[in-house]
Amino acid sequence: MISFEALHAAPLALTAHAPVLMVVGPLIAACAAALAPTARTSWMISVTGSIFAAWMALALLGEVARRGAVDYYIGGFAPPLGIAFHIDGLSVFMALLISSAGVMASLYSGHSLSAEVRAEKHTLVQAGFLLCQSGLLGLVSTGDAFNAFVFLEVSSIGTYALIAIGEKRDRRALPAAFNYLIMGTIGATFYVVGVGFLLAATGTLNMADMGARLATLGDSSVVQAGFAFVVVGLGIKAAMFPLHGWLPGAYSYAPSLISIFLAATATKAAIYLMARFVFDVFPDGAAFGQGFIAWVLAPLAATAAIVCSLQAVFEKEIRRMLAFSSVAQVGFILMGLSLATVAGASAGLFYLGAHALLKMTLFMALGGLAISMGARRLDELAGVARDAPWSATAFAIGAASLAGVPLTLGFLAKWRLIEAALQAGQIWIVAVLATASLLTLLYVGRMLEAIFFRAAPAGAPRAREAPVGVLAPLWILAGLNLWFGIDASLPEKLANAGALALLGGTP
Amino acid sequence: MSFILSHFNYIAVAVLMMAGLFIVFSSGNLIKRMIGLAIFQTATGLFYISLGKVSGGTAPIVVEPNSPEARELASRLDPAYLAQHGVDGVVYSNPLPNVLILTAIVVGVATLAVGLAIAVRVREAFGSVEADEIEVLSRVESTQPGPRA
Amino acid sequence: MIALPPTFDANLAIDIALLVMLVVLAGAIVRTRSLLAAIILFSIYSLISAVWFVIMDAPDVAFTEAVVGAGISTIVLLGAILLTRGETERPDWRRLIAPALVCITVGGILIYAATGLPALGDASSPANAYIGRAYLEAAPKDIGLPNTVTAVLASYRGFDTFGETAVIFAAGVGVALMLGFGPRASLAPPPVVTGDHHVVLRVAAKLLIPLIALFALYVQFHGDLGAGGGFQAGVIMAAAIILHALVFGLRETVSAVPPRVARSVASLGVLVYAGVGVACMINGGAFLDYDYLFPPEVEKQIPGWLLGDSEHAHHWGQHFGIMLIELGVLLTVAATMVTIFYGFAGRTIDDARREAKP
Repeated sequence: MISFEALHAAPLALTAHAPVLMVVGPLIAACAAALAPTARTSWMISVTGSIFAAWMALALLGEVARRGAVDYYIGGFAPPLGIAFHIDGLSVFMALLISSAGVMASLYSGHSLSAEVRAEKHTLVQAGFLLCQSGLLGLVSTGDAFNAFVFLEVSSIGTYALIAIGEKRDRRALPAAFNYLIMGTIGATFYVVGVGFLLAATGTLNMADMGARLATLGDSSVVQAGFAFVVVGLGIKAAMFPLHGWLPGAYSYAPSLISIFLAATATKAAIYLMARFVFDVFPDGAAFGQGFIAWVLAPLAATAAIVCSLQAVFEKEIRRMLAFSSVAQVGFILMGLSLATVAGASAGLFYLGAHALLKMTLFMALGGLAISMGARRLDELAGVARDAPWSATAFAIGAASLAGVPLTLGFLAKWRLIEAALQAGQIWIVAVLATASLLTLLYVGRMLEAIFFRAAPAGAPRAREAPVGVLAPLWILAGLNLWFGIDASLPEKLANAGALALLGGTP
Repeated sequence: MSFILSHFNYIAVAVLMMAGLFIVFSSGNLIKRMIGLAIFQTATGLFYISLGKVSGGTAPIVVEPNSPEARELASRLDPAYLAQHGVDGVVYSNPLPNVLILTAIVVGVATLAVGLAIAVRVREAFGSVEADEIEVLSRVESTQPGPRA
Repeated sequence: MIALPPTFDANLAIDIALLVMLVVLAGAIVRTRSLLAAIILFSIYSLISAVWFVIMDAPDVAFTEAVVGAGISTIVLLGAILLTRGETERPDWRRLIAPALVCITVGGILIYAATGLPALGDASSPANAYIGRAYLEAAPKDIGLPNTVTAVLASYRGFDTFGETAVIFAAGVGVALMLGFGPRASLAPPPVVTGDHHVVLRVAAKLLIPLIALFALYVQFHGDLGAGGGFQAGVIMAAAIILHALVFGLRETVSAVPPRVARSVASLGVLVYAGVGVACMINGGAFLDYDYLFPPEVEKQIPGWLLGDSEHAHHWGQHFGIMLIELGVLLTVAATMVTIFYGFAGRTIDDARREAKP
């Protein structure tokens, strides 16, 4: 059994400041990357910054295991006057996920960027990528509702432009990025309006303090409106059905570095914040909270899982297939959370981590193939497995994991969800899960059939195998899909700690 | 009537937010949509600042206690009200919403700049900033193979 | 509980009049099809909001709204329509039903919530009686600045401001990625003109630009005492450079402040801010805890006359920390605004046509 308590990843002097260093590190790296003289230097800075953040997240994992939760008062001012970071099992789970996705994506970007983006833009792309990473890490660490908005924007503003530079390969990236900007900004502004109502009701911005005050306040129109605006705002950011319209375009046409990183992290961070509000800030017994979970969250999540899986089945462009699949998987995650039990939340978080890992594998494999051929439609990938067997096999592993084939991480994730739903007595969720999984099998089958079993059309340009710089991170990810499929004790333990932090009564 | 008078700001904010959102959702023109978004964000600022206003208060820039200025400010208010809500003999409005909205305004201009920059590139790539025309032109792409590197 | 009754005084009358104007302006923006008209109306909308913020005791916000909404936003919007097209198409009325329903729902929730909100100006509302008041009581002791807004902005919630600086930097990165590269037809030498028709403009600009820069510095350092601070000063500083470009041509300005330098200064500003935070950490405090900015032995050496005030407790760390981070904000904001301006001004409609794919 792994023991996090014994983990001392960093020297004490750094561990004491790890919460803030984890966020500020990539941010400083972003500035350095923008100043870097060459593309190569900026890439090295990007990798260093990402690894530093992951290191700090590891240091925090040990601290949180030993102390339960880590509070860090920025500026030395205790909340509610100052901004405090509050890092518990859930934050650490998210921080590890985001920072390790950052490490993998930055390693991969060394090769992919030169194929996808003009060289003179690389320094700024790396800067934007690091800013996004820093923003997401800040979002999952902060204990202050307004500070979360600021970090939401830090992570988003640069991202809009990063998606738009996908126009070099596909000009549809531009309207897609614009659309994302409009929806994302409306989402963030709704969140601010919601926080404003909560500020009016409680007088504080610190989430723990807000939760404590809301518990004594009871119901009022102000609190209800605050809840509605926060949830809808974050729902847009999390691509919660039916607010997901921006996602397929944004993920499909972006440069692959950005698709990989966003697919693994961006919507998840918004889900995290939504879960924090629904379960932690709002009192457990609040009627509208319960009603929301039972009558809005769960049905919408189920609809997303079915409808968007169907859309993926009928989609012709492969990256759009994966993007629709992402929206459907957000539905799976939210179904787990909507059970509102520790087992359900743990299964939801486990699924969240699993989905991040396998979607990264898929987008990265596809990005590797796209370096030599800018394939858009599924039929262009026909027979690619013969020319690029390593990339195609890694893709197949990710796809198997997505479909939930036994001995992969995806199988365990689905299994745990079904188990939790049965425990909670929600049979209909099991039925939805089964249906959506069948649909998943369908579109995964379509992808694999094209890549492996169809002959390349005569005279079509041949693909080349991806370079080692791409294959190395790709196969680490693919390997993890298999490894965790056999021994999932590590992600299981992390997800359990996260679920306990969310529902187990800690502030 | 007294509700409308005492909550006039919030009603105005609601109308402004509706106007901003309506422009964003109804207009096909990308630039106009950005203007709508800016109106919506400014309305959020009005909402926060309304929350922080204190009757009889002054801007939250602390006045030297017992200075002539402080005495002048105090003389306008009922002593009992002053005793309850004043700090060192002066009633101030709430500084917190000001700080938050300063940040929000800055975020707003950042969004506006990036959004317009993307809109300009959309115009260059599609020859239009109207959402309908862009959508028609985009359909071509989904039938064409991707570019080869 | 003692609360002022909602008397109909002059302030309330001005408040209502301004809000009605805003609503009318927003309605006009909804209706107009000319983008130029929409932009000018939006600029007025911003300016009226700024006036309203003054009435609501928020001079700092008013200042920012004026320089941003009526200033930079208008410039950027005008730049954008120069590069796109000036008219919007008339939408089909059937297409307006869904947006209208969404807006009515949102408005309905807002009005419903408003019924539970405390009345305007209620001093005992949770927001005003809890931490709003706590800041007013604690700030003079903890920070020692008269402007509580600056104290909260730069110290208590300094991390928000750090994030905000990062957002501005990110916007600069984003605009540079979108518009900062590619051909720049406007940088070609200007056509030879016989006789200078703009001599008055040039002389006036030469006189104005240093004054504007000086005013920016005043706003920068006055932020501790009254309305102002790094953000407003940064925008004003950028305005001086933009004025230079408008009068003397972009070519001249770009040779004085190259785009790459502007981008570097923007990231330098964030680094200054982060550096202050890290320095506090190295000296044993938390990130951005300015009380630890100087080691105690250094702090003792600082002469008391430096800030010309011996009555207040000396919060050297707080004073210098806030000064330094405001400097970081100034650098990032000014440089980013210039970068954004370069992005829009450096492209002409001809570039656009040339880059447009067939």
